[in-house]
Amino acid sequence: MRLNAGIPEGPIADKWTAYRSAAKLVNPNNKRKLDIIVVGTGLAGASAAATLGQLGYNVKVFCYQDTPRRAHSIAAQGGINAAKNYPNDGDSVYRLFYDTIKGGDYRSREANVYRLAEVSNQIIDLCVAQGVPFAREYGGLLTNRSFGGAQVSRTFYARGQTGQQLLLGAYSALSRQIDAGNVTLYNRRDVLDMVVVEGKARGIIARNLVTGAIERFAAHAVVLATGGYGNVFFLSTNAMGSNVSPAWSAYKKGALFGNPSFTQIHPTCIPVHGEFQSKLTLMSESLRNDGRIWVPAYKKDVDRLRSKEVKPSDIPDSDRDYYLERRYPAFGNLVPRDVASRAAKERCDAGYGVSSTGFAVFLDFADAIKRKGQGTIDALYGNLFQMYEQIVADSPYETPMMIYPAVHYTMGGLWVDYELMTTVPGLYAIGECNFSDHGANRLGASALMQGLADGYFILPATISNYLAAEIHTPRFDPDSSEFTLAAEKVRERLVRLKNTGGKQSVDHYHRQLGRLMWENCGMARSQPGLEEALERLPLLREEFHANVRIPGSLDEYNPELEKAWRVADFLELGELMVRDALQRRESCGGHFREEYQTPDGEALRNDEDFTFVGAWEYKGKSCAAELHREDLNFEVVKPSQRSYK
Amino acid sequence: MILFFSIALKTYCMNKLLQFSSITGKVIMALAGVFLVTFLGVHLGINLLLLSDDGGRSFSVAAEFMSSNPLIRIFEIVLFAGFLVHIVLGLVVSRQNRASRPVGYVVANRTETSFLSKYMLHSGIVVLIFLALHFSDYYFVKIGLVAPPEGIGPHDFYAMTLHLFSSTWYALFYMFCFVLLGIHLNHAIQSAFQTMGWNHTRYMGAVKVAGTIYSIAISLGFMVIPLYFILFR
Amino acid sequence: MNYTLKIWRQKSAKERGEMVSYQVSGISAEISFFEMLDILNQQLIAEGGDPVAFDHDCREGICGTCSLYINGRPHGPVRGVTTCQLHMRSFSDGEVIHIEPWRSKAFPVVRDLVVDRSALDLIIQAGGYVSVNSGGIPDANTIPVPKHHADTAFDAAACIGCGACVAACPNAAAMLFVSAKVSHLSLLPQGKAEAVKRVQKMVARMDELGFGNCSNTYACEVECPKLISVTNIARMNREFLSAKLFSEKEKIVRDSI
Repeated sequence: MRLNAGIPEGPIADKWTAYRSAAKLVNPNNKRKLDIIVVGTGLAGASAAATLGQLGYNVKVFCYQDTPRRAHSIAAQGGINAAKNYPNDGDSVYRLFYDTIKGGDYRSREANVYRLAEVSNQIIDLCVAQGVPFAREYGGLLTNRSFGGAQVSRTFYARGQTGQQLLLGAYSALSRQIDAGNVTLYNRRDVLDMVVVEGKARGIIARNLVTGAIERFAAHAVVLATGGYGNVFFLSTNAMGSNVSPAWSAYKKGALFGNPSFTQIHPTCIPVHGEFQSKLTLMSESLRNDGRIWVPAYKKDVDRLRSKEVKPSDIPDSDRDYYLERRYPAFGNLVPRDVASRAAKERCDAGYGVSSTGFAVFLDFADAIKRKGQGTIDALYGNLFQMYEQIVADSPYETPMMIYPAVHYTMGGLWVDYELMTTVPGLYAIGECNFSDHGANRLGASALMQGLADGYFILPATISNYLAAEIHTPRFDPDSSEFTLAAEKVRERLVRLKNTGGKQSVDHYHRQLGRLMWENCGMARSQPGLEEALERLPLLREEFHANVRIPGSLDEYNPELEKAWRVADFLELGELMVRDALQRRESCGGHFREEYQTPDGEALRNDEDFTFVGAWEYKGKSCAAELHREDLNFEVVKPSQRSYK
Repeated sequence: MILFFSIALKTYCMNKLLQFSSITGKVIMALAGVFLVTFLGVHLGINLLLLSDDGGRSFSVAAEFMSSNPLIRIFEIVLFAGFLVHIVLGLVVSRQNRASRPVGYVVANRTETSFLSKYMLHSGIVVLIFLALHFSDYYFVKIGLVAPPEGIGPHDFYAMTLHLFSSTWYALFYMFCFVLLGIHLNHAIQSAFQTMGWNHTRYMGAVKVAGTIYSIAISLGFMVIPLYFILFR
Repeated sequence: MNYTLKIWRQKSAKERGEMVSYQVSGISAEISFFEMLDILNQQLIAEGGDPVAFDHDCREGICGTCSLYINGRPHGPVRGVTTCQLHMRSFSDGEVIHIEPWRSKAFPVVRDLVVDRSALDLIIQAGGYVSVNSGGIPDANTIPVPKHHADTAFDAAACIGCGACVAACPNAAAMLFVSAKVSHLSLLPQGKAEAVKRVQKMVARMDELGFGNCSNTYACEVECPKLISVTNIARMNREFLSAKLFSEKEKIVRDSI
């Protein structure tokens, strides 16, 4: 299979305009006759469903939550980037584009990223018009902050709850379209399979989580906006219900899966405290603007800290190792996420971790409080400090926070072309669900930007180019043989899972999978580790299918059954991630292969052999997936080794 | 009778023309309440004349004025309407409120709120019982529906008062009712402001304090009279 | 630490429910309330029983999925947090913990502790938005918004739609929820254009759905995990009254040619 991204001709700055001018449109009368299914109601899904409804299509939107407003985009804290250049500090569309390409370690598609930077400004305009209460100056205009190592202030924010406010904006737009009758909401539904008829995506099979009924829905196009798959690691900052299943079913129906091993480990999360831990909580990256990260410089202090003989504040400055400031003097504590995460791991692996588990470093605000005053720090981070104190029962005003990296975001996902269409015609993937514009590493405050760009502006423009040819296709009958067959297969798989009749709970296996993935395919990967994982994963999968216990029945509200389906898919995905990590014999962005590093421990890219997107094709249960390459051509930005020193 | 009115009002509400929302209902109730609160002040002013040591002359003059002045007679009708609206709406709203939680909690709510704010209906009902008694003692006597006790003229409110407070039990019951009225008012006054939308961060504190002072004044003011009669007559 | 849990069990909306007693032991004070329930569920699955169904998702206090009426209080004994942010250190060893679903006519029980809160969505659908399309929007800085207004609007917009206000209210009223959205949008110039219509439509929808009336006990404010103030309710009352009293009747304009 030759992958064609379908990038328009012409200079990079004109590509999107040229595309939109040439794209086919659908007449308003015909839009009413076209059905679109949108799966997921996060920033990408809600904004897409709302916009498609506004355009006059007949939209059906699905979410597993009880209401669309709960999608996990809501938990994004820090902000959203846009090239507005309101602070007049030299920002531009080009600079945002350049920073994103560089931050992604030159593993993303130039044309897509440029388009993203281009529409970023429109997002802010629209959100403000929707009533999103962004932070403002006393003069009444919007304010910005710098974020995650950017040298300009281009991040718009709403206290520490930007994701929430943006999602509520998209949710309100969606609610408006639901009220207008353009969008129908199906909440508490798990989408379990895609229906492909004659090579085109024509619908989905969903399970009603309340009644257990297997339901079929037909449409002229299907849009997946199902977020990331970080929960493959069991412990992550994702919501408990976040899952890969709809995207995985698309993969099994012929959509290629791009760069599955590219996961982002966020440097500032609350450390793991014990074996019953169910999830990890992120502390916004904005904290690194004022907090200083350190561990003790001497082992003796480490022991005394762990045994609580001394308090962190008892250790004098001279005995502290501000390792980010030491290693990266130019960027200091503001190095990109992958760099900061690995540096924390390096110190902890060397035995300098400060918590009882040995996996934590300090994020210290004492200097900032001294410099700016407690009031200013409180205004900037008050809610984050409270959140930390609620979880850990320590006040960051008095003692440094303890943080450790955790799985946060997945850059990998379904491969899509310039139009955001997967390799299955009529099947689209937007937001975190696609393999995305972030390359091998995402910059802070760019996820919200991408989700909303895809949903509000890009997909609504590209989908008509496909649907224009579908206006003569009559509405599909969800009782046709293809749908019946798909629904039957889903039911069979559910029955098989339910009737396993083993002894262990789903969580038992999910935890094991998570530990294996974290240790062998986490922050640092090596050939032996990955090969070991490749051996162990099929065994774990087999054991799961032989020995899992699912209480209750199929035809009722059954959270264990939901989890089982999701974990079964994660168990398969894990293997693909490992294969992808193994295949990529270089270090880039979030993917760090221990064999490929510079003498001083920095990631070593191999542009010659690996400047491509690794897109995997499903070849059936018994065969290994096949790798296809989409070569990345850098016409505008010349790849260079990232240096933050 | 109350049931009758409640049903009547319900059918009235059903009427599409006059269907009003939960907020409108509350606002009407609050307005009627504000009106009653003002009336209580006037009533207390007149009652306090009972304390002047003139054998009830000034009290009787005031009572006579109140029951003969044609303007006040018209006002009386408005007052009754105010009572009726407040009571009936209070009952209807309470009924709706109960219906909105058909299955209750096993553990009673332990939210730390002003304890008595949850018992407005209960304190209101006690005040209502008192009101019925009060009517049969004075108003129904005045209009001739109920015969006055022997030796007391139907318009001689002073003698009637002396007669009633001569019973310590009555006086104690009277005082109990006014404690509850005070409690009712304490929540009612600030509540009325909230319902009308007059809640402002700058002056809501002052409203609450003023409301509490007023309700204590009303409640104590009325209670002073039976106390005075028990202790000094 | 050890706890006795008394939990509401109900198979489905149609069946009757009851409180059932469970014991959990060896619980660390550092784990969260939900992790304690996870442990109980693992225990139940191992014994061949039915795990307790409860709503939860982000487990970081922002998605609003979690509910639970714990020992007589929505979201448990700690002020200003959701159930998922509650830790076992807030309970003493040996304590009996009662866990019930939220009760309101508008929130029917789905199973055990899970309730259906779609009614809140229906209220937002009635008008909790600014009617703008995604094209032709003026630059974000065209209309300055006084910082104070933006901040106050944010305080109201922080609502996570969990429904604790309804659960806490003696009348199961949704006034705090509705007023938070009405306030958020009416405080911003962007939302003013349709403020008159919005408040009337949202209140009407709220009434239809069977929520109770506000009796100003302010239990909602006390239990709101985002500490949303009842001044929002007053603001909504004000907006509603002025809309009813002073707004002109809308003309039906036929703009077809």
